[in-house]
Amino acid sequence: MNWTAVKSIYIFEMTRFFRTIAQSIISPVLSTSLYFVVFGAAIGSRIDEVEGVSYGAFIVPGLIMLSVITQSISNASFGIYFPKFIGTIFELLSAPINFLEIVLGYVGAAATKALFIGTIILITAFFFVDISIAHPVAMVAFLILTCISFALMGFIIGIWAGNFEQLQLVPLLIVTPLVFLGGSFYSISMLPPVWQVISMFNPVVYLISGFRWAFFDTADVPILTSLLAIGAFTAICLGLIWWIFKTGWRIRE
Amino acid sequence: MPPILDIRGLRKSYDDGFEALKGVDLQIERGEILALLGPNGAGKTTLISTICGITMPSAGTVTAEGHDTVADYRAARSLIGLVPQEINLEPFEKVIKTVQFSRGLFGKPADPAHIEKVLRQLSLWDKKDSQIRALSGGMKRRVLIAKALAHEPRILFLDEPTAGVDVELRKDMWEIVAGLKADGVTIILTTHYIEEAEAIADRIGVIAKGELLLVEEKSALMARMGQKQLEVQLTEPLDAIPEALQSDKLSLSPDGSALIYTYDTRGERTGITQLLSKVAAEGLVLRDVVTRQSSLEDIFVGLVHEDAA
Repeated sequence: MNWTAVKSIYIFEMTRFFRTIAQSIISPVLSTSLYFVVFGAAIGSRIDEVEGVSYGAFIVPGLIMLSVITQSISNASFGIYFPKFIGTIFELLSAPINFLEIVLGYVGAAATKALFIGTIILITAFFFVDISIAHPVAMVAFLILTCISFALMGFIIGIWAGNFEQLQLVPLLIVTPLVFLGGSFYSISMLPPVWQVISMFNPVVYLISGFRWAFFDTADVPILTSLLAIGAFTAICLGLIWWIFKTGWRIRE
Repeated sequence: MPPILDIRGLRKSYDDGFEALKGVDLQIERGEILALLGPNGAGKTTLISTICGITMPSAGTVTAEGHDTVADYRAARSLIGLVPQEINLEPFEKVIKTVQFSRGLFGKPADPAHIEKVLRQLSLWDKKDSQIRALSGGMKRRVLIAKALAHEPRILFLDEPTAGVDVELRKDMWEIVAGLKADGVTIILTTHYIEEAEAIADRIGVIAKGELLLVEEKSALMARMGQKQLEVQLTEPLDAIPEALQSDKLSLSPDGSALIYTYDTRGERTGITQLLSKVAAEGLVLRDVVTRQSSLEDIFVGLVHEDAA
């Protein structure tokens, strides 16, 4: 393993993140605050407790997941797409590194950034609502796993994308609806039965449910199922990346 | 000593059937400067990309110091530096950071002294904290060279290093290349400026349509292939070439003051003696006789056309 190269890519990517640190923090803090004002205070005050948790607190795990998933994907996809776009990818291809090292560098950096933002949102949430974390270790583990798996997905999107429109397409058309319909703002049990069944096909449901369990000890689906789901998702992404590595698809002709 | 870079039967074809390289064999000697000349689309960049790992070869092998560039890519690529044709740089990055990044990518531990040496050598030290977007085109090209040299390669590829740069910068670039050669770096550069190959290369390869037409010592190439011109300057200008002298090898200078005879040094007979005796028979009085060696450009154009025919 060329760990020096992994470290170089990681630091290079993190430097770019810290160059725009103000934007990186302000935007998630602002949007989360808006969610709390609108859903927590304005609308939330008229909503009963959900599964024994005040609505303002109930949406915290979902909000964190919403940001973390979006951030992981956009950071990783942009991170690898940008060198393709400006042509600096030649350096990655001609360096004595393998694809695993490239993935570790880019995905590691993208996941770190998303984790950083997730943490900031969690801290922001403490200012608005009372929350306690029932299973802190599980909470951190879920957060990290989500960052990594969606950064892997973002990496695949970045490799696949041929232009900036395509780079936005998957997050916009697939991920955002999945996250919004994945129970960020409600419990799946609040849906009509048909929609409950349909929701079970949404992988994000398992993530948010598991994450919420880590906070409040209540979940839509059993925690083991959640873990299996995120494990399977990570495995699929890894498999795809391995295939990309084998074939050089969209990277090395 | 075995060649530092050994290319054997290298082929590259694409899915649509296009063959960019049609079996290239080339051995590059330690410490030489080899210029690859060829028109646009000849396969120069494909050849470099395939050696450096940017594209995968369809057939054939490349070894650098005995390390196969596919099977033993880590060892092979560590020896090679690449300066691409396009100015591919991250615009918001600082010069020194991007050069340090390149070194790290090649797995070399940080070495501030080496980075400083490279940046000074390329007159970039004053600009080390500038953002790349603030640099001129020539400076950006130097940054690309600095990045390629950051990991101390033994073999350096320069893909059209002087495409689109002004004359002064081109001379600078030649000096840089000469300096690298003095440091013992083997250099392969592509160009379609013949004067560039003529000025700095030890050997010249001509590539067209994916085939290496020839590789030869620059001087030998010029001597062997060189067409020469004999200019017979006359005391009295002529209106036309006298009937007895008519030949497709002979032309009259625009002002009529000289006869220009083109001949091939490879030919069995140059025809000079015959020409001069005819000139004497016509009663023309000579003022001077000059011979001129044709440039690489003529050789090159001749070769590429021959191939096209």
